[in-house]
Amino acid sequence: MSAADSGGKRMLGVLGAGTMGVGLAALAVGRGQRVVLVESDDGQRAAAPGRVRGQLRTAQLLGALPREQEPGELLVTADLDELGAIDPAAGAVVESVTERADLKGDVLAAASAAAKDGTLITTNTSAIPVGELAAAVTDPAWLVGTHFMNPPYLVEAVEVVRGPDTGEEAMTAVHALLASLGRRAVVVGDGPGFVSNRILMRMINDAARMVGEGRAEPAALDEVFTDCLGHRMGPLATADLIGLDNVVDTLVVLHERTGDDAYRPCGPLLTAVGDGRLGRKSGEGFHSYGGVRA
Amino acid sequence: MTATDAGAVGKTLLGFIEDRTKLSWTKEQDLFASGAVTSLFAMELVVFVEETFGVSVAGPDLTLDNFRTVRAMADLVARLRA
Repeated sequence: MSAADSGGKRMLGVLGAGTMGVGLAALAVGRGQRVVLVESDDGQRAAAPGRVRGQLRTAQLLGALPREQEPGELLVTADLDELGAIDPAAGAVVESVTERADLKGDVLAAASAAAKDGTLITTNTSAIPVGELAAAVTDPAWLVGTHFMNPPYLVEAVEVVRGPDTGEEAMTAVHALLASLGRRAVVVGDGPGFVSNRILMRMINDAARMVGEGRAEPAALDEVFTDCLGHRMGPLATADLIGLDNVVDTLVVLHERTGDDAYRPCGPLLTAVGDGRLGRKSGEGFHSYGGVRA
Repeated sequence: MTATDAGAVGKTLLGFIEDRTKLSWTKEQDLFASGAVTSLFAMELVVFVEETFGVSVAGPDLTLDNFRTVRAMADLVARLRA
């Protein structure tokens, strides 16, 4: 297909078909963009098209996508070279693999080598500083942090992290990317956990610890936040929505980089993950989701 | 399961929702207006309706309004089975 045939359609490369990768793919497909979803695991790759369809359905149910929009094409592949098809003027790559610096570094290095020069590459890291990941890519000026919240089609604002090497052109490109997805940026500075997770993760860790200590049942603990303080969700329901495995990975990243023991993953969190209680995505976390997998 | 009439469909739905929310509901009550039910629970309702009553909810039927009350869901099931 030539560029003319594509009708100026935007294209998005998504790296990793986990919870966030699938959600990001659904968001872009739902906005009519062509999506290349790159995933190395055979099982995850096989499940990805169905999971993207499921998220699209949820987004449609909740009225979170333009009704008249024809969904874009989805290609699920193990081949990073597919990213070379992205036109830097009308596309970008979002990295959304497991929250481990070595994994993210490897994937970002390979993706930046496969994509055309001048392609915006964003990392959906929860806590690893953009400045640290910049060492992995061919041109650090084109790397930006885009911390999308789960589910990305429902949460309109995205925490955007400008790293020390991020260039002005990349910032312009990231605003264009988010606008094309119907999202908007809240730009913050770089550093472990940025703004959101530097604060949220110690709160979740403490909340989980308190449940372990028996100070409050999960329902009561969250109710203090929702009903007394007026928050939309309590910390434990938020943790269940993020995924408890990701919470633990993010805490480890924060603990390693700050040395602050408030970030050392507490027993109840480690036990939950060890038992396969990962939150909403596994049907069971601090709260129960009826065994229904989102 | 054989939920053959609207009453039985409604009863099954109420049972599921009460089990999941630990609250009691009437068939006319707006599930989402109360704040007791999150919007993400709506997708669980869709999956439950599809799997329990053997229907497929798609396209223009896939709106929150069709899942807002037990009555609305029972009507949707009746319509999709007709």
